[in-house]
Amino acid sequence: MIAFLIQTLRIAVPYLFAAAGGIISERAGIIALTLEGFMLTGAFCAALGSYYSGSALVGIVAGIAGGLLAALLHALATIRYRADQVVVGIAMNLLAVGVTRFFLRLAFDSSSNSPRIPGFGGGQVRSGVLSSLANPLVWLGILSMFAVGWLLYRTPFGLRVRAAGEKPDAALSVGVPVRRVRWLAVAVSGGCAALAGSYLALDQHQFTDGMTAGRGFIALAAVIFGKWDPKRVTIACLLFAAAETMQIRLQSLQLIPSQFVEMIPYVLTIVALAGVVGRAVQPAALGKAVD
Amino acid sequence: MPPPADRPALDRAARVRAHIEESILPPLVALVIAAVVGDILIIIFGQSPGDVYRQLLEGTWGNAYGFGQVIYKATTLTFTGLAVALGIRAGLFNIGAESQLASGGFAAALVGLAMPHGTPGGLAVVACVLAAAAGGGVVGAIPGALKARFGASEVIVTIMLNFVVLALLNYIVAAHIHVSETLHTPEINAGALPRLAAVFAVFSGSAANTTFLLALAAAGGVWWFLFRTRPGYELRAVGLQPDAAEYGGVRVGTVWAKTMMLSGMLAGLGGLNYVLGYKHYYEEGFAAGSGFLGIAVALVGRNHPVGVVVAALLFATLSQGGLAVNALVPKQMVDVLTAVVIIAVATAVPEVRRALVAARRSAGIGTPGTGNGEPGTVTPRGASVPGSPFPGARLRRADSSTPDSRR
Repeated sequence: MIAFLIQTLRIAVPYLFAAAGGIISERAGIIALTLEGFMLTGAFCAALGSYYSGSALVGIVAGIAGGLLAALLHALATIRYRADQVVVGIAMNLLAVGVTRFFLRLAFDSSSNSPRIPGFGGGQVRSGVLSSLANPLVWLGILSMFAVGWLLYRTPFGLRVRAAGEKPDAALSVGVPVRRVRWLAVAVSGGCAALAGSYLALDQHQFTDGMTAGRGFIALAAVIFGKWDPKRVTIACLLFAAAETMQIRLQSLQLIPSQFVEMIPYVLTIVALAGVVGRAVQPAALGKAVD
Repeated sequence: MPPPADRPALDRAARVRAHIEESILPPLVALVIAAVVGDILIIIFGQSPGDVYRQLLEGTWGNAYGFGQVIYKATTLTFTGLAVALGIRAGLFNIGAESQLASGGFAAALVGLAMPHGTPGGLAVVACVLAAAAGGGVVGAIPGALKARFGASEVIVTIMLNFVVLALLNYIVAAHIHVSETLHTPEINAGALPRLAAVFAVFSGSAANTTFLLALAAAGGVWWFLFRTRPGYELRAVGLQPDAAEYGGVRVGTVWAKTMMLSGMLAGLGGLNYVLGYKHYYEEGFAAGSGFLGIAVALVGRNHPVGVVVAALLFATLSQGGLAVNALVPKQMVDVLTAVVIIAVATAVPEVRRALVAARRSAGIGTPGTGNGEPGTVTPRGASVPGSPFPGARLRRADSSTPDSRR
């Protein structure tokens, strides 16, 4: 039982990080399609930093820097130049795939993975409780959701974020710098998603091509399924992670085909969007540019 | 930017020039940006950009095999590009082309497998074409219906549905009909389309096949539908101004639902290129990337069928060219360039257009269209809609929300 919970937590950490960033970004009115790309960028930069410095902590810093860089590009295109958020978001994900592959070839002369890097825990081995508890990113991941809840509902910045996402015109009229708030929100989402990516790379002690494998979209699904509210999103993340853990643990029994377990987050999200009762309603100004 | 107060009637020549400027210049700026980024990447890798670009052209348009591969890739991209473009014309964003394409290919393969050997070729092909359209259409219809009925964002639903449909198809193939040790179905019994190599021997080895004629026909069909039929007119009206269209008697929800289904059908037809034209079976992952590239194709092709065909050739060239230059620079450079092209087009097009409009106004010449250069005209004559790539609700801004005059 303890082992099950720990494994669920391990799987949930990247979802928690990325979903925390996704909440901030979407509540500020910027669609969080880019989480996947930010994560991948973060994972790669974390691997680079960790490899060349020999320190996992430097890896985290490098990962965050990479995520911020990607987020700033996204913000530049969508906020400064008012480009369509969906188009740029999709392109950012493609860009992350392309850039990480290109520099993987350039830095490590490989098209599949980096060499082993310093990280946390015992690497590929499904190591015990202790190694997970020793990983600072696990704790930070749990903390990130609390931090976002506090930021969103208990600080002036959070109020501005929500205003920017719901009624940007009204916010502008009372002097909220909506575009600056959105810049910050995108930067936070980039940093958070990058932490998710860093966790993956440092936990597995290497970067592999496309290692985020759709986790950014699962985080986005959790944000929507959790109705953009930190508490519910946390539950959604844990739920999705628990389903995955079950699937891994029951793999040998062949009870349910793994593909059906993979579908769970996405199907739930579609149902939540179309739900007759308690439908998920997105922030009013999500995806809308502000002059 | 406020709309110009008065708009002096332009003489025809000036209007044509303005139109050409607005449709050619912004994509050109975007391509220049992409080329600069490409140069930087090539130099980082210690190669000469001239060499790489020469190699890229020689490996694609320089020989029959490369050219055949370009045609093959452009065929799939034309279908997915048309699918995305049709959606955007109605103000909808179909990001599900990826799974619609896979689903169409899967349906075609199933029908091809179900038919006995020796089914007359024409009949078999028609059956497979219908199956592909149905397979893609079903997947496209779901987000359309959810949008029309519940207002569910088609962007999110199509993204999520991509994962669901692909996982489902993977399960069916893996659990029930795969050839052992592979991820593909057995070969279809009937409905295979001839390759170009069968007619012109120079193409031998390349995957190009007669499906490209179908793609051209589909582009023509979409053009006719959009600009020469009443439903097509309604579709564009919904894309430009859903509220105005509703007021004018169009049932917006119905148009959304039908458009998504049609869009899915177009993407589904793209599966024929692989299943009927190339491999003659459905294989897991054959559609990978083509759906997302379709977005790039629609964007660069300005959502116009002719533009889509041209843009499909461009991206097919890039994609095949990546393989051709792989010895010099990593082929992943092409992925980067594709993404840069999309971002540059999405960013530079409105920006350059704004600059053009400003320049023209300061020169004392009127501009066609609204303040941000969106000629939002829905003329029954079927003029193209060169404005922002995303007309309609999602991009409604203060300066473009007034329905433009119908001159």
